[in-house]
Amino acid sequence: MGGLFLLTNNKRNIVQLTGAQALIKSLEMEGVEVIFGLPGGAILPVYDPLIDSSIRHVLVRHEQGAGHMAEGYALATGRPGVAMVTSGPGATNIVTPIGNAHMDSTPLVIITGQVATVAIGTDAFQECDITGITMGITKHNFLVKSAHEIPRAVAAAFHIATTGRPGPVLVDVPKDVTQSMMEWWYPATLEELDLPGYHPVVELDQDRIRQAIDLITKAERPVLYVGGGTLKSRASAQLLSFAERTGMPVVTTLMARGAFPDSHPQHLGMPGMHGMYSAVTAIQKSDLLISLGARFDDRVTGNIPAFAPRAQIIHVDIDKAEFNKVRHADVAIRSNVGAVLEAFDAALAVPQNLDVWWKEINAWREAYPLVYDEPVAEGPLRPQFVIESIATAAAPGTIVTSGVGQHQMWASQFWKFEEPGTWVNSGGAGTMGFGVPAAIGAKVGRPDRTVWCIDGDGCFQMTAQELVTARAEGIPIKVAILNNAYLGMVRQWQEMFYEERYSEVYLSPDLPDYVKWAEAMGCVGLRATNVVEMHAAIATANSINDVPVVIDFRTDSSEKVFPMVAAGASNDDIMVHPLQRESK
Amino acid sequence: MNTPEPFLGVTSHTPVRHHILSVMVENKAGVLARVAGLFARRGFNIYSLAVAPAETKARFSRITIVVDAESAPLEQIVEQLDKLVNVVAISDITPKEALERELLLATIKTNVDSRTSLLDVVGKSGAAIVDVDAGSVTLMLAGTPAACDELERELENYTTVELHRTGRVALPRLGKAAPASID
Ligand SMILES: Cc1ncc(C[n+]2csc(CCOP(=O)(O)OP(=O)(O)O)c2C)c(N)n1
Ligand SMILES: [Mg+2]
Repeated sequence: MGGLFLLTNNKRNIVQLTGAQALIKSLEMEGVEVIFGLPGGAILPVYDPLIDSSIRHVLVRHEQGAGHMAEGYALATGRPGVAMVTSGPGATNIVTPIGNAHMDSTPLVIITGQVATVAIGTDAFQECDITGITMGITKHNFLVKSAHEIPRAVAAAFHIATTGRPGPVLVDVPKDVTQSMMEWWYPATLEELDLPGYHPVVELDQDRIRQAIDLITKAERPVLYVGGGTLKSRASAQLLSFAERTGMPVVTTLMARGAFPDSHPQHLGMPGMHGMYSAVTAIQKSDLLISLGARFDDRVTGNIPAFAPRAQIIHVDIDKAEFNKVRHADVAIRSNVGAVLEAFDAALAVPQNLDVWWKEINAWREAYPLVYDEPVAEGPLRPQFVIESIATAAAPGTIVTSGVGQHQMWASQFWKFEEPGTWVNSGGAGTMGFGVPAAIGAKVGRPDRTVWCIDGDGCFQMTAQELVTARAEGIPIKVAILNNAYLGMVRQWQEMFYEERYSEVYLSPDLPDYVKWAEAMGCVGLRATNVVEMHAAIATANSINDVPVVIDFRTDSSEKVFPMVAAGASNDDIMVHPLQRESK
Repeated sequence: MNTPEPFLGVTSHTPVRHHILSVMVENKAGVLARVAGLFARRGFNIYSLAVAPAETKARFSRITIVVDAESAPLEQIVEQLDKLVNVVAISDITPKEALERELLLATIKTNVDSRTSLLDVVGKSGAAIVDVDAGSVTLMLAGTPAACDELERELENYTTVELHRTGRVALPRLGKAAPASID
């Protein structure tokens, strides 16, 4: 490490480091392999020892990109994502990803530079109260007041970000703190982290397990309602084993896609506003819902009093504040998901015979599968068909990211996810612009995998500049823009609920020229307006593995996402695709 | 969920379903803001709040919060509070089991006519005169919130220059089961 000098004391070696060196060394101690960031005045001291570090730095073009890349990295790898930015505008630019990670319980550590401690509170150049701003959207944050405290703050940040219910933790480091000297040390025990109010680990409550097993034993119409917590606690194997042993139907929420194989016959797919008819209806008719790391989000429940009215609830979550927040839990078990499923398996808990239940479910499945209108050879392209065609041509294990809107729902519906970490999206916050930078982060974390971003034209325009980062850093992602010339999801709502009064949703298919824009950013740009061009463009994209590829797919603006439960409506009032309406 | 009312600290408006949360927090910069911010963003109503160093002075402070259990289920308030990393322990003291005390300080304008009757009020309420000048007296009452409410009502018959109340602090009554402690 540059500028490191050793002073020998009588007994031990004291290593004197600058705060900046200590910060980088602390990140190395935590096993960080990559930082997504962009330098500036207040964080300048930290960028110097970074030159000599083993840690890779990905220089972004906008700090929002750094945050979403860190999220994509975390969601694809299960390891915490790290971003580093300067004070003031650098810090405020990363607020959206922090809020996004908070909503989706994604482990992040964000390092922000801060003005010197003496200048704090004086409206100094590029000062902003980023710990105050992010108080409500971080799991915790720290303002580090001395260089000696840097190792403790960094170690505590990683501990908090990755244990219990994961989340983003911000560490704000004033410039004089990174410039001053400290005697190197690193916390060796949890006690040294000095977190007297933080107790993420709990013992499994065996009484509750027994009560839950009691409910399982009586259940005739159980549903496994699988949420993002199942992925966060890496419980996919236990889920598969429990589901297969008991024969229960499984639904995976938007945050849990990939936690259970889509190809599995017991999988009904995604529940919620744009969920599968069978998944939504099975929940509605169930007599026992086993919630595994899900949080009864309004996009899943619809009208809350009408949600699964006859179901008893077993609610498994590591965060006990989720219990009884939305829906009363008949049995609440605070634990990670895997441990509970193992306990159920150990006790050989089984429900009643489910033959009748499966007969009903299979009837719903057969009556209302996912459908879309016949593709038209000369275009415009059906967005669902584009996604299916990309999926068919993709290598197994391909990671998919998305923006937010119609394309996101179609991606979740029509891509078949087989393993954890292959679906990376913005659920709780619904942040447009998430897709491209998240794909870059995912590719950095899993360079062995193909990474496709299924994006909307609106979303693409929000963060596309990060393709410059991708090209410069050699991160060959593939981006499919489903170019419907509209803020499509908003257009859909205006069509359905505002009497087709379209207000500020038209974007134009040709402005910008996505192909030229891609080329200007050093990427390969392709366009597909008909089915032949579509297949050709996908094949070309799959043959390019050294630079990013962007495909402008010209899709039908009038396409809408179905099924759909209108906001606040009961899940019983699910609207199916027009093709299926007569038969309903 | 109700719209949160502004933090007034007006203990005379204590809601029927109030609860007292005695919250032990790390004595660090910004912790009060974290607690207050949580109440604000989750729409939980605070009726009064008192903060001071706890018995283990250097490390911890105690925040006594009177909450409106009608603005949100108490369980949600407690569990969300418990998620704050700087919150070390929470005791929920139900009003029935609580010994609640509060301090009232008031400066009242007096003249020859009113002074005697004011002294009478002071005597009956158990308050004490702590300062006097030619035209006013400052009195103090340390008592139950109800006693402070009562005195405040009595003082409406006089010209009050200033009246301050601290917001209550509370301990469980002796012999009562230890309050539910969540840590
Ligand atoms: C940052 C942000 N701003 C606004 C919205 C509201 N919003 C949700 S979907 C959507 C339209 C997205 O358009 P596009 O990316 O073209 O996707 P499409 O729905 O057309 O597939 C908008 C504006 C949002 N989710 N995020
Ligand atoms: Mg669009």
